[in-house]
Amino acid sequence: MANTISSLKFSGTKEQEAELKKVIAEYKDQKGALMPIMQHAQEIYGYLPIEVQTMIAEGLDIPLEEVYGVATFYAQFALNPKGRYKISVCLGTACYVKGSGEVYERLQTILGIKGGECTPDGKFSLEACRCVGACGLAPVMMINDEVYGRLNPDDVEDILNRYNDK
Amino acid sequence: MYRSHVLICGGTGCTSSGSAQVIDALEKELKKNDLENEIKVIRTGCFGLCALGPIMVVYPEGAFYSMVRPEDIPEIVSEHLLKGRIVKRLLYQETVEADTIKTLDNTDFYRKQMRVALKNCGVIDPENINEYIAYDGYQALGKVLTEMTPAQVIDTIKASGLRGRGGAGFPTGLKWSFAAKYDNDQKYVCCNADEGDPGAFMDRSILEGDPNVLIEAMAIAGYAIGASQGYVYIRAEYPIAVKRLSIAIKEAREMGFLGKDIFGSGFDFDLDIRLGSGAFVCGEETALMTSIEGHRGEPRPRPPFPAEKGLFQKPSVLNNVETYANIPQIILRGAEWFASIGTEKSKGTKVFALGGKINNTGLVEVPMGTTLRTIVEEIGGGIPNGKKFKAAQTGGPSGGCIPAEHLDVPIDYDNLIAIGSMMGSGGLIVMDEDTCMVDIAKFFLEFTVDESCGKCTPCRIGTKRMYELLDKISKGKARMEDLDQLDKLAHYIKENSLCGLGQTAPNPVLSTIRYFRDEYVAHIKDKRCPAGVCKELMNYYIDETKCKGCTLCARNCPVGAISGNVKEPHIINRSKCIKCGACMEKCKFGAIEKH
Repeated sequence: MANTISSLKFSGTKEQEAELKKVIAEYKDQKGALMPIMQHAQEIYGYLPIEVQTMIAEGLDIPLEEVYGVATFYAQFALNPKGRYKISVCLGTACYVKGSGEVYERLQTILGIKGGECTPDGKFSLEACRCVGACGLAPVMMINDEVYGRLNPDDVEDILNRYNDK
Repeated sequence: MYRSHVLICGGTGCTSSGSAQVIDALEKELKKNDLENEIKVIRTGCFGLCALGPIMVVYPEGAFYSMVRPEDIPEIVSEHLLKGRIVKRLLYQETVEADTIKTLDNTDFYRKQMRVALKNCGVIDPENINEYIAYDGYQALGKVLTEMTPAQVIDTIKASGLRGRGGAGFPTGLKWSFAAKYDNDQKYVCCNADEGDPGAFMDRSILEGDPNVLIEAMAIAGYAIGASQGYVYIRAEYPIAVKRLSIAIKEAREMGFLGKDIFGSGFDFDLDIRLGSGAFVCGEETALMTSIEGHRGEPRPRPPFPAEKGLFQKPSVLNNVETYANIPQIILRGAEWFASIGTEKSKGTKVFALGGKINNTGLVEVPMGTTLRTIVEEIGGGIPNGKKFKAAQTGGPSGGCIPAEHLDVPIDYDNLIAIGSMMGSGGLIVMDEDTCMVDIAKFFLEFTVDESCGKCTPCRIGTKRMYELLDKISKGKARMEDLDQLDKLAHYIKENSLCGLGQTAPNPVLSTIRYFRDEYVAHIKDKRCPAGVCKELMNYYIDETKCKGCTLCARNCPVGAISGNVKEPHIINRSKCIKCGACMEKCKFGAIEKH
């Protein structure tokens, strides 16, 4: 966890806040409500900046450090915003043995960012993930919900170019 | 009545290969030909042969089409579904014979398999509870609730010899009997569907292909231990599985298989889903329960064991998906039937996720005691590109690498531990001669360092130190003493860590040192990576006889490491070279080599 506090200014809307409050009210009385609420909050905001964590802590009447502790423990919770196109390269064993490490390196070279970072224009973010369960197609990467399998490092540039028009 | 059924795999593997587009194309084409009322399209779970996806099977003929593309659909519809002529060109070639087709059961991939846990996967529509019921679904639950006492259920599971399929292989019946022993107003049944082991995807496939089996089995477990509430802890990264399980839970409630007074027996049971958020340590039972409670998923010291104080401090049992998937059939077919399959101490079947350098990647289910050779060479179809088998990795980050000399060991829990690996959840990754064992050990340790929760020191700091030593070795900067240090540290971490994660984390290192010591020595003494993987130990050379002196490489070198006169062979300065490979990519004469 290199960057635990987002450098970007928080720009949540009133609608998002109302939605989050609704979620908190719905789960508040359930046992173990914190994680489901945080998962919904991430769906609403795309990430969990300290402002959102504070709202959750206040809504559940628990200390902020408890929310922060959970947010930093689980890989799925992001404290920084992701790009419009979220690239995750599978570094699970099956993909790694078949060369996903080279695919990951190539992406870093082309995009000029490291894993866990986002391009300055906010278009692509890159991360490694552990097994999407499509081991039969190794090596695999995902861009948002689209899965690209049986990859070769040389395919990467063409695939990224498909996202150029938007 | 339909005259033909078309089954298309809608598992994650085939969906990633484009099966949804194939289904769309098929439905459109059927409509165009007015066949919608004659031919039924069913989106099933995983067939196992993910390498050949998208997979499509047409019944009653049992024609097995592989790697189907939307463009192939018009031909399949007009030839096969309209005129009854199988399109042999598009079939899985192993099923094609001169004048007929082989059934799936007779292909090399399926012949030696035995499907118990995966029985309904690829057979039924997972989003329709009636199809599950038609395949004896919920009969076991009915039998348990109306004919058996909880103690009889536990005795049956004990007698079957079923052991946990998620890791250590603890006897399931015994686990249930512990939780049944404690009196409490509330107990819990939990299911580990977090499947964090990279390279294993059997639990996901069961959830995607046969979600009702899990609901039925958890209700049976609830009855056996006296619990009225269950939780399924499932990875958020498995959207298809979450969706199908949610549908199944809803349908089961409507049918009265979940809820109050199930089968009029007075037994109440309900299930909730909790999404995991990506922490490998949550596969450990106490960590998983802490996570369901909404905290950081850190393990707790045992005792007290979860059977006494588990979820929310109440008596609880936790099993994984594959373990549960065996339960209904043990109840229906009897403990003796189940105990007749497998080896002396490991009963039943085991599902393996075959991956890595192997032809038939996918899911296979074999009786315990099947040899690795059978799985790799016969079912898996061997190694691609004529390469040589080097090792099979089982047990994920907790397991080890098994070399060729042990290919004929019958696989069961105890044999795997004896040869320095473990069953784990059943990932089986095949490696060929191009895989460097130091690199693989480093890869697993990087994973463990990342996933260590940080609660206990041996695991938090020890794995990091091990990683650093491996990193030194892979860069040719280590001395022989470092290898001894690594070995010592590995044993220390195994003996002193709080939970299973730390206790097994050194296994990949220990097993590779045990079987591939030569490779470690080559990295340390000769500063050489025999498999040609470790970048720092590789160098780029220009072959003088091939170099034309075109200067293209020198112009593309980002650090100016290449020099030479025009039309004369160039030279790479090794002290400046950063090994980016740009020169090799640009050279038009193949004059640059790396070794």
